[in-house]
Amino acid sequence: MSRIKEKFNELKLRKEKALVSYIMVGYPNDNATLSSVKGIVKGGADIIELGFPFSDPIADGPIIQKASTGSLNNKTKIEKFFKLVKKIRKQTNIPLILMTYTNILYKQGYQQFIKRAKNAGIDGLILPDMSIEESKNYLNAAKSQKMDTIFLVSPNTKKDRLNKIANASSGFLYMVAVFGTTGVQTKIHQYTIDALKSTKRSVGQKIPVGVGFGISTERDVKKYASIGADAIIVGSANIKIMENTPSSKLEKKICSFTKKLKNQTK
Amino acid sequence: MKIGIPKDGRFGDFGGKYIPETLAPAIEELEKKYMKIRNDKAFKKELKKFLIDYAGRPTPLYFAKNLTKRSGGAKIYLKREDLLHGGAHKINNTLGQALLAKKMGKKRIIAETGAGQHGVATAMACACLGLEAEIYMGYVDTERQKQNVFRMELLGAKVHSVKSGSQTLKDAINEAMRDWITNVESTYYLLGSAVGPHPYPLMVRDFQSVIGNEIKKQMKKIPNTVIACVGGGSNAIGTFYPLIETKAEIIGIEAGGKGLNTLQHSAPLSAGTKGVLHGMMTYLMQDKQGQIQETHSISAGLDYPGVGPEHSYLKDEKRVKYKAITDDEVIDAFLLLTRVEGIIPALESAHAIAYAVKIAKKMKKSESIVVTLSGRGDKDINIVQEYLKKNVKDKRKI
Repeated sequence: MSRIKEKFNELKLRKEKALVSYIMVGYPNDNATLSSVKGIVKGGADIIELGFPFSDPIADGPIIQKASTGSLNNKTKIEKFFKLVKKIRKQTNIPLILMTYTNILYKQGYQQFIKRAKNAGIDGLILPDMSIEESKNYLNAAKSQKMDTIFLVSPNTKKDRLNKIANASSGFLYMVAVFGTTGVQTKIHQYTIDALKSTKRSVGQKIPVGVGFGISTERDVKKYASIGADAIIVGSANIKIMENTPSSKLEKKICSFTKKLKNQTK
Repeated sequence: MKIGIPKDGRFGDFGGKYIPETLAPAIEELEKKYMKIRNDKAFKKELKKFLIDYAGRPTPLYFAKNLTKRSGGAKIYLKREDLLHGGAHKINNTLGQALLAKKMGKKRIIAETGAGQHGVATAMACACLGLEAEIYMGYVDTERQKQNVFRMELLGAKVHSVKSGSQTLKDAINEAMRDWITNVESTYYLLGSAVGPHPYPLMVRDFQSVIGNEIKKQMKKIPNTVIACVGGGSNAIGTFYPLIETKAEIIGIEAGGKGLNTLQHSAPLSAGTKGVLHGMMTYLMQDKQGQIQETHSISAGLDYPGVGPEHSYLKDEKRVKYKAITDDEVIDAFLLLTRVEGIIPALESAHAIAYAVKIAKKMKKSESIVVTLSGRGDKDINIVQEYLKKNVKDKRKI
């Protein structure tokens, strides 16, 4: 069983929802990545999503765009990233998800990239520009490496398409909360609530449903947990803290923020 | 060879739709509506009327006698897209798509622009059809094409200056896509080149094919060689596609910038590798890590790290040859055409002129070359002036 699946089973027994914490590797610097990971783990998050930068992140809002550019300026490379993942993997058994864009994998070859990611300790992949229509080679490569493939659905995804995407997904299904990019709109819309409920109804027990984009407060986390999200993903809010906290205090600050959010999932 | 409608949105390996899920319903709706309307007689008739009465079609095919004499070989003909309303071929596409958007009930139009020509053509089509236009343009481009920014504003469009990434065309596309993701229900994204996810490359090819179709009618026989410049590749695909099944030699000219041996060019077909950007698989300027590289060209309209997927296919199938022309050669061609024919070409189009002059002298006098002069150069005179100030040797040529 995959680490992600195991985690959801474990949470189900404890009647908790998963808190997924996102950070951009190599931003604001390499040390910040390691301190934040420690803080996230200590704070009790259930899954870590590691963003790997891409020059043209079309699904991301200004905060993660800036983080991507910053990380690339800090010379974040694939080799360095896998080394970092290995280091993290030695310290913790927490499920690790990689979020990046299709071209990063395509350029190395899906098979080769996924094999290396798996060896380093990555459990699942999120590619926001990988549509279900173009996913055949990617899915085959992931399947052969027992890598979870977390696809995104949107509030406007129609039912038959949703089922197709859910069938191709493993680990969990990622519902984008808003029409928009990451970290921009923070209001919880009625359409999101309706979409989350109908998505849950459609996929049933087949796969957990996570929700992300624009979620930044305890109140948000509580709300989504109460209306049936199996996982709640927080990203841009972490980056903001990382930008504004001196390195000596970063681990502690991220830890306490994570703890507060995690408490809302219990 | 025959191409037709790309199966599953792919030209061989190239194209497809690599898009965020939020856009999937919009792309699906667009594809459905477009595939229906592209054969609709009433739509075609309405568009044709706009192309004739508003845009100024058909454009002349001009025999450039002086340029031919100067080159000393094959006869050079210019397809005068520069004479269209707005000064470039872009209006062929914007009228088509804006009309489609209107039929789809969309009132808000967004577009990206590089040199500003597509932005201006979008603003014109929207003003004419009563639609609201917002244009994304890289900050660098707003600076080097200030006049076009003001033109767009005069036409009633809102211009957003994009300050992320390299602040050029690719970043303007990123930002337009983000806007579309955010306002997907109300908004129509009017892409300006034969790039992006399916059905855009097909749609833009269809709307621009009027260029090649007219060339076929205007030439008494099929030309020996056809040349057009390639950035995203819309004027080129519009020129080439109707001639693909003929015997004509077809050549696309990319922006060689400061030379293909430097990293300062915009020639993905000549020096790039396969990858995925802006919803399509195509040749890209990228590093070994898969990060998109910053490009350079003296012409803002060609300053793009990708290219339309059909061009990638035509390259791999060896039906079209792709060559590059450097900034220096472009300036020479710009000055030459201006002097000998009294036609100021856009710097983009001057790439194609430069290559035509190069090969004409190696061809027989009985042979013919058609060059698509995709736009006029008024927008570029400041850039040329700056260039000449810096390069004393060229000053002497004036």
